Amino acid sequence: MTELLSLRGISKVYPSVVANDNVNLDIDEGEIHAILGENGAGKSTLMKLIYGVSQPDNGTIQWRGQTVTIKNPAHARSLGIGMVFQHFSLFETLTVAENISLAVNGSIASLSKRITDVADSFGLPIAPDTMVHSLSVGERQRVEIVRCILQEPRLLIMDEPTSVLPPQGVDLLFATLRKLAQGGCSILYISHKLEEIRSLCDNATVLRDGKVVATVTPTEETTQSLARLMIGRDIPVTRQQTASSDGRVMLDVNQLSHTPEDPFGTSISDASLSVAAGEIVGIAGISGNGQNELMRLISGESLLHSSGSGTVSINGSKVNRLSPEQRRQLGFAFVPEERIGRGAVPDLSLGFNSLLTSHNAGLTRFGFIRFAAMAERAQQCIKDNDVRCGGDNALAGSLSGGNLQKFIVGREMALAPQVLVLSQPTWGVDVGAAADIRQALIELRNKGTAILLVSEEIEELFEVCDRLHVIYEGKLSESLRTAETNVQQVGQWMSGQFLSSPRADGLQHFDNQKAAGDSQSPAQSPSPRIAP
Amino acid sequence: MSALRLVLRTQPSLRAQLLVPLVAVLLTLFAGSIMFTLLGKSPLAAFYAFFIEPLTTRYGIGEVLLKTGPLLLIAQGLAIGFRARVWNIGAEGQLLLGAIASGALALQFEMSDSKWVLPAMIVVGTLAGAFWAGIAALLRTRYNANEILVTFMLSSIALQLLYYLVTGPLRDPMGMSFPQSAMFGDAALFSPLLDGTRVNTSLFLSFIATACAWVFVQRSLPGYKLLVSGLAPGAARYAGFAENRAVWMGLLIGGAAAGMAGVAEVAGPLGLLQRNISPGYGFAAIIVAFLGGLHPIGIVFAALFMALIYVGGDMSLVSVGIPNASTTIFQGMLLVFYLACYVFVNYRLKRSGAEPAASRSTEVATDA
Repeated sequence: MTELLSLRGISKVYPSVVANDNVNLDIDEGEIHAILGENGAGKSTLMKLIYGVSQPDNGTIQWRGQTVTIKNPAHARSLGIGMVFQHFSLFETLTVAENISLAVNGSIASLSKRITDVADSFGLPIAPDTMVHSLSVGERQRVEIVRCILQEPRLLIMDEPTSVLPPQGVDLLFATLRKLAQGGCSILYISHKLEEIRSLCDNATVLRDGKVVATVTPTEETTQSLARLMIGRDIPVTRQQTASSDGRVMLDVNQLSHTPEDPFGTSISDASLSVAAGEIVGIAGISGNGQNELMRLISGESLLHSSGSGTVSINGSKVNRLSPEQRRQLGFAFVPEERIGRGAVPDLSLGFNSLLTSHNAGLTRFGFIRFAAMAERAQQCIKDNDVRCGGDNALAGSLSGGNLQKFIVGREMALAPQVLVLSQPTWGVDVGAAADIRQALIELRNKGTAILLVSEEIEELFEVCDRLHVIYEGKLSESLRTAETNVQQVGQWMSGQFLSSPRADGLQHFDNQKAAGDSQSPAQSPSPRIAP
Repeated sequence: MSALRLVLRTQPSLRAQLLVPLVAVLLTLFAGSIMFTLLGKSPLAAFYAFFIEPLTTRYGIGEVLLKTGPLLLIAQGLAIGFRARVWNIGAEGQLLLGAIASGALALQFEMSDSKWVLPAMIVVGTLAGAFWAGIAALLRTRYNANEILVTFMLSSIALQLLYYLVTGPLRDPMGMSFPQSAMFGDAALFSPLLDGTRVNTSLFLSFIATACAWVFVQRSLPGYKLLVSGLAPGAARYAGFAENRAVWMGLLIGGAAAGMAGVAEVAGPLGLLQRNISPGYGFAAIIVAFLGGLHPIGIVFAALFMALIYVGGDMSLVSVGIPNASTTIFQGMLLVFYLACYVFVNYRLKRSGAEPAASRSTEVATDA
């Protein structure tokens, strides 16, 4: 039997960093095949070669027994290769159906019907007439997947799909992918998450530094053995220590209510939380439940409207009307969810990107830029955080997602903030680097920084946080001590169950009557209800 | 398999950035020679008249410098806005407002010989230009009105305002109903710089503006903030650089520069208000700004070249009989070729099969 796709001796040389070196890869029909590797190991490069985004320098690609040169993505799609990117390519000002109509033929009406059909049969709830800008990252991913499925691909490439999904969403996605595979569509699954690969994939090709180091059957491997193959050493274990907080509240959000301008945004209602010096507080929740709005209010990117109420205080000062820059001067630092275009300017060098939030840290004098200091700061950040790039003159946009994230997190940590707020800091970052970031967070906490961490990865929150809140439809739960709760409880709260649960400390007020209506999350498959 | 394709560079090429304007100029000359041949003129003679002849006489050099002044001044102001992606294309109208306001002041003090008349005109004219652009900034920040349309339409309004004033309130009572004002007094005029030419000391304003622009754009934090606002509004918001401030600054700086250029025109070669004040400097300066790569130094060369095209157009009309419209055609070709060539700053041409790194996200975004 001939393979669906067969790569022989594929090499790709780049002037700056990444390379694929003599890669061989075979994929059968209906197979779910993992490409496993750290950031910068060449996974995304390889996928781009298969999807026709770039062409290999050497080697051959065989598609269904024929040697092909995949000229461009359109050509790849005509062959039956679909791809869901890590960075989505959707137009925010168009609806779901309009976006899909750009790639799939048919009227909006007929497409809407097909979208709903596909969405239902694969368990991907999506409303065709919703504007894309109002969707969470997880929902946008669904749109991309539905778009690919509508093109009836024979091979679907998924680039780090679970990096944007909550635990329940991952199960949903896997069910979808298995269903696709049973229908004969092969799946090339790029990830660095070992547990996922073990539970989903039939085969795995492990890449390290652009070379294939092994092709294995994941179910026959342990997480540790896969990790060793992938990074060449064992995964560093985060050393958790008990917090030594002195109880001084550094970040305080008090009964915050806010309706965003975006009609599709999530309203925040009566959210309260506080983070003390030397403490890490986490916010768990599925994306699109108000995390973004809450973060913008804390960072100062959004200001409370006159209709809103409540206060945000940093280091004892009320900051409701202060700009992000003024908040930063109070010792505040923030790592936003989006790297490109928010955390960093893709068209500027890393040096200029370090200026973005650090210009008050001695990089300017009398309003003039000190170029030597700026370059030094960027180089230091690159070195300290093992950012793989072409130096401080490399454009931020030329870095891989994980490397850019390491740079941004490092840049904010270098400000030695008293309050550090991070949104999805390890999103798309490889295991080794993610562990490093978590370790750095704990060390920063031990030095007395107050840290607020928003993440969709429950495991990550349990690994580093002292206390946890759960956010659901703009409502924030009371906080739980991580040591006194478990993943199961938090998972249930993530679908709104805390709204009907008995109050533990009487500090927060939830509308119990409303809870019954709220507990049906549109994004969830129903999970068994267990009273916490 | 030798299909050529465009491939994104990891870093914009500095070499390409320098080469692009030169190649654009060469392509313009090439296309121009075809045009001249079709017109039945010898391309060599035409080019000589166009590009060499103006530089062979003292008067010609003076004329080139005279036209360099406003082009340079306006382009420096516009480029700052353009870098912030604030598209002020109504510099022509802002220039006219500067001319009108400073002209009105000069007429008010026709008999004065105070040395403060000219500085006051410069200030008033500059403010008037900034005010005209400020209308667009207000409409953009308040009502999100597109500044391209607003500045462009305000240019037409400014022109009509000028027509009204020179045929009405500001018309010279002794001027036999000609649509023009009285001559300004000597105190309201820039003094000549070179004997036998029309160049005047207003040229210094352009060079001072160039120095200021260089410092602002290349060295200062406000310039950097403006650049970030243009490149990534989300990042500017995240960093705390107010978006509206970028719009205001971009438009006000451009308007102020254009207004000042308007003063230089009426208080320089013209010496009065009339219906024709600018031969399209405000629009040509847009081309100058881009041809100069939005870089303060590049803009100096671009302004000199554009001025040469203006003067060459006039001279070749006389000496070789080339239609006057050739100036406009040259300007247009220059912009088109420049924009076409500029692609190569960020992309490079490659036979399919090999190409450079770059997982820049745009590469992904463009093909889905």
